[in-house]
Amino acid sequence: MFWNRLLRNRMGMVGLAVILVNVLMAVLAPWIATHDPLKVDVVRRSAPPSQEFWFGTDDFGRDIFSRVIYGSRISLEISVLSVLVATLLGVIIGASAGYYGGWIDNLLMRFMDAIMSFPAILLAIGIMAVRGGSIYNVVLALGFVYIPRFARIVRGSVLSLKEKEFVEAALAMGIGDVTIIFRHILPNCLAPLIIQGTISLAYAILAEAALSFLGLGAPPPAPSWGNILSDARNFMLDAPWMTVFPGIAITIAVLGYNLFGDALRDVLDPRLK
Amino acid sequence: MKDMDKVLSLKDLKTFFFTREGVAKAVNGVTLSLDKKEILGVVGESGCGKSVTGLSILRLVPHPGKIVSGEIFLDGQDLLQLPLDRMRQIRGDQISMIFQEPMISLNPAFTIGDQLMEALRVHRRISKAEARDQAVEMLRMVEIPEPERRFKEYPHQLSGGMRQRVMIAEALLLRPKVMLADEPTTALDVTIQAQVLDILYKLTQEIGTAIILITHNLGLVAEWARRVVVMYTGKIVEEGRVEQIFENACHPYTRGLLRAVPLPGQSRGGQSQALYEIKGIVPSLLHLPAGCAFHPRCPEKKDICDREEPPQVTVEEEHSVSCWLYSQRHLATEGTEITEARRNKIINEENSGFPLSRE
Repeated sequence: MFWNRLLRNRMGMVGLAVILVNVLMAVLAPWIATHDPLKVDVVRRSAPPSQEFWFGTDDFGRDIFSRVIYGSRISLEISVLSVLVATLLGVIIGASAGYYGGWIDNLLMRFMDAIMSFPAILLAIGIMAVRGGSIYNVVLALGFVYIPRFARIVRGSVLSLKEKEFVEAALAMGIGDVTIIFRHILPNCLAPLIIQGTISLAYAILAEAALSFLGLGAPPPAPSWGNILSDARNFMLDAPWMTVFPGIAITIAVLGYNLFGDALRDVLDPRLK
Repeated sequence: MKDMDKVLSLKDLKTFFFTREGVAKAVNGVTLSLDKKEILGVVGESGCGKSVTGLSILRLVPHPGKIVSGEIFLDGQDLLQLPLDRMRQIRGDQISMIFQEPMISLNPAFTIGDQLMEALRVHRRISKAEARDQAVEMLRMVEIPEPERRFKEYPHQLSGGMRQRVMIAEALLLRPKVMLADEPTTALDVTIQAQVLDILYKLTQEIGTAIILITHNLGLVAEWARRVVVMYTGKIVEEGRVEQIFENACHPYTRGLLRAVPLPGQSRGGQSQALYEIKGIVPSLLHLPAGCAFHPRCPEKKDICDREEPPQVTVEEEHSVSCWLYSQRHLATEGTEITEARRNKIINEENSGFPLSRE
């Protein structure tokens, strides 16, 4: 039923295909890349696309095709890890707030509101500026700023689910709070979580690119889509291939996650049929 | 009745809801007791405190409700004095509950078997295989065909009657001493109701579980219960054995409830008779009338009724009523005397021809 409806959603399947290509690209990078992404070639720097360098070379003579392929690794790693961090903490915070209510709810959710009151990217920039550039700091910064959206979704679902009779029945059977939250309530709010997770992946890819573009993301010389763009921005007019190809990669990946996220929402949320 | 035979007794239980508009006295001094294997019917209109009484016994009164005072004894142990983790061990194990809506009382995300096994393994240290065997055996006992197959199915694959049987299986799995059944068959159609209750009755007699049957369906009570408690605005207004209540109801409210049961043949000869209703509505628990809470709706209201709360009067063995009509003090001031004849006269006038479905 669920799979049939998902498989029939064409845009969703396009999105899924993009995601799969993205993942394969990241996993098989050493076999797909035609050059060493870090190898500097002073003679052939800023070369336009050719038979040997499909996407051209950058100002250090590094092959842009290979850098985009390897860049997908870092972009994917950062987006997946940061969304996992945000989901984990968001679920714990949201579930506690929703289930226990009262002052716990107030305290946790006002803290979430405080995080949300900053523009996400500004807050991430702030965290990066304090902690310094490294892949794991990017994961932490992005994970942190995305906690509230997960916390809010989970809290909302838990608030309605905890009034359900099956929760009351579980309580009447003498089952403990923690078991009730994890076994009886959370599995029933998986659908909105999966949707939010997929869509957040797209945002995380964009945010990682933005941070790297500002010089606050994954530190060079390791390629991420954001810092390839960042390196290339000075040559945008003279050597457009340096910016166009990583730009296209980001666009397609984000589009793919969004399409798939929308499809999941259409399939999982019965009210939107 | 000897105290030894009592498995559960409530003494002057008060559960109030502290709302912004004021204090709602949902359960206001309920005293009742339950014998081993007994089925006790608790009846009354919606909002009279039946369900809250049930939830209070499990100490699961929802916010902003609180058990204010009273005692709940299970086998001589006051449940209200127990720490919360001990109370949790009692829920499901010694006292279980089944709810009105079988369609939503099972977790849609897990199989029937998972839910039964979880209930077992929370309370008993047994292996998965043992839990499985016991759960399947219980499904067989509630007469679910092909229990092994149903064990692996999800709630949405089962019909309403099947689900209520699963709920019964879960509630009896640990062989509790008391089962609270809150409108257990309201969501089911009449033929399934009979089947489900039949199974429930047979199993509880076999296991030795006493039932508190909370319902507004008097037919159900007449058929299954031994004793009945009639509640109105958080208080017990009348209690007695089923035949005493049905043949010899004393409280005007009980008599009203009995007259409000639709009977086949009431519209005989093409002349339909409007169904009797107790005039007025249940008063808000926030603004209860002074004196007897039923006086604004009572067809036999006396002067004293809106001034003082009526005393509890024992009219015959096991049968008592809280009403001024039967109080010696009131009758003495009116110059009339309570006689068997007087009471029977009122009853016979109003309940003529009410058939008892119990044989």
